Amino acid sequence: MIQILLRFLVGGTVVSVFAMIGDLLKPKSFAGLFGAAPSVALATLGLTIATEGASYGATEARSMMAGAFAFFLYASLVSWVLMRWQVKALFVTLGALPLWFAVAFVIWALGLRP
Amino acid sequence: MRVKFDVSDLGLTTWPDHATRFLFGGCITVVAGLVASQFGPVMGGLLLAFPAIFPASATLIEKDEIEKKEKQGLNGTVRGRQAAALDAAGSAMGSVGLFVFALLVWKFATQTHTWIVLPGAMIAWLVVAVLTWEIRQLPRALMRKSHRPEIDPGSI
Repeated sequence: MIQILLRFLVGGTVVSVFAMIGDLLKPKSFAGLFGAAPSVALATLGLTIATEGASYGATEARSMMAGAFAFFLYASLVSWVLMRWQVKALFVTLGALPLWFAVAFVIWALGLRP
Repeated sequence: MRVKFDVSDLGLTTWPDHATRFLFGGCITVVAGLVASQFGPVMGGLLLAFPAIFPASATLIEKDEIEKKEKQGLNGTVRGRQAAALDAAGSAMGSVGLFVFALLVWKFATQTHTWIVLPGAMIAWLVVAVLTWEIRQLPRALMRKSHRPEIDPGSI
């Protein structure tokens, strides 16, 4: 329970710090880089390696590469749709999330599944 | 295009906005840990690159731009959407760095100390993300340069 609370606090803090850095930067496309900062990974991997060992953390990082590729396609799709159609950002960002899941899990099924 | 720090927009982010991002960030970190303990590190690792706060951030950017335009008596719907689109394009470029971060941790976590691997991978993320952004700006910068009127030194 303490570890869950610790993860929550560390994760929330790291994500918030990166988001605030993004708020301060201009132009918007540069600030957007911080939307893909490894904030959750930093919070998680440090704790994971400390408790489960480096090998466990390395396996997580290997899967994270698939997640990062899925993130690239997801963010590109969101940008493309918002530039071309009159749809609210909330609908596009939430509506495109299945793409992230689909790409990440297809890569997992094809090459990462143990 | 010049990169700069601008604190003027900081006031537009309200405490509920900060709290939402903290909550989403904390929750996805907990979920990633729970998924890893239930289904193993292969599955848990996928979530380390989940766009957890992306919808909240994009919505916030859109809202802030609309509010700024409305203060000037203008309709900021299109501007708000474009700002969110640019932010998303930046995140796509940042995800290239995210991939490199994961690659470095995967390759070196078992060979080097964590306190070297994580900060090193973090620096690599920043360098790759910024370089990707710079490369993406290059065609526009060249285009601007080619459209700039040539000044004949002899005419001055």
